[in-house]
Amino acid sequence: MGKFSNEELLNKLNAEFPEQLTVVGEPFGLLTLETGRENIIAVLSYLKNDAALQFIYLTDITAIHYPEEEKQIGVIYHLHSLVNNVRVRIKVFMADGDVHIPTATELWNGANWMERETYDLFGVIFDGHPDLRRILNVDDMTAFPMRKEFPLEDPNRVDKKDYFFGR
Amino acid sequence: MSDIQLVDAPAGVEGAGFFATSLDKAIGLARSNSLWPLPFATSCCGIEFMATMASHYDLSRFGAERLSFSPRQADLLMVMGTISKKMGPVLRQVYLQMAEPRWVMAVGACASSGGIFDTYSVLQGIDEVIPVDVYVPGCPPRPEAIIDGFMAIQKLVQTETLRRRSEPQYQKLLASYGIQ
Repeated sequence: MGKFSNEELLNKLNAEFPEQLTVVGEPFGLLTLETGRENIIAVLSYLKNDAALQFIYLTDITAIHYPEEEKQIGVIYHLHSLVNNVRVRIKVFMADGDVHIPTATELWNGANWMERETYDLFGVIFDGHPDLRRILNVDDMTAFPMRKEFPLEDPNRVDKKDYFFGR
Repeated sequence: MSDIQLVDAPAGVEGAGFFATSLDKAIGLARSNSLWPLPFATSCCGIEFMATMASHYDLSRFGAERLSFSPRQADLLMVMGTISKKMGPVLRQVYLQMAEPRWVMAVGACASSGGIFDTYSVLQGIDEVIPVDVYVPGCPPRPEAIIDGFMAIQKLVQTETLRRRSEPQYQKLLASYGIQ
């Protein structure tokens, strides 16, 4: 069990950032919040540097794509307070065509590769990132393969063509 | 008494104190029984290859016990495992560094067609980047299947004419991969 409850954490955050955070849910006891990109660095910085909270460990930065939503692309931060054994998840959603968010590399050096990966697979542009280029895929790739419009199967595949199966 | 088996002599003219055959056949015989494979093992098919090389299946029976980890000295490139698109240029570079004559064997479903990895990051068969002589099916293939593929390579090596590599057909094949 963590040293403080999700409720205490939420109260502290609401006191610091009134009206700027919304609770998405609490699946499996993991408090999930949503905020805007203008607040995200302030929120992360507060969570990391507050003497009581100490969310010093950035577990992951990743993204998600909901093509049917108005704000399609979401960036998701997972934080872990190692001393208190509490985790929190923060989501920021952005409209397609304007997928910019400030970088978290000034808070955690480890965010560097996480943000490169998120850029590589989802095309999220992290403003202020020192070296935002592809990390996993081939350098000359033009698409962002984890977006939903990207075809799941490789178009170069020949042995799955219909005529091999009499279709 | 050890039971040493020698390869059969190629077809030729034999008489008292002489034996004549064509240079193609003599060279094919020598090459096919001393192929130096370069194992390009990236995943589970590579584990099967280790079993193939070990004493139980013993690929050295076919004269291939000398693995060449330098492409310069290798005759046969054995690609075993999933080749991601990012690995594609590396594989191609290794192939380019090999001296002629060179043969390529795609071992397993991934090297042959991409296998189960029908996705953006995996090469859908190594024949997208280099020409392949023999495909070995299986996921992974058993050592017997790898040996069968190796024997198919040996047959190719034996029956190949010395001038095959300068034939326009072969040059055209290489050109279709953008080599030379």
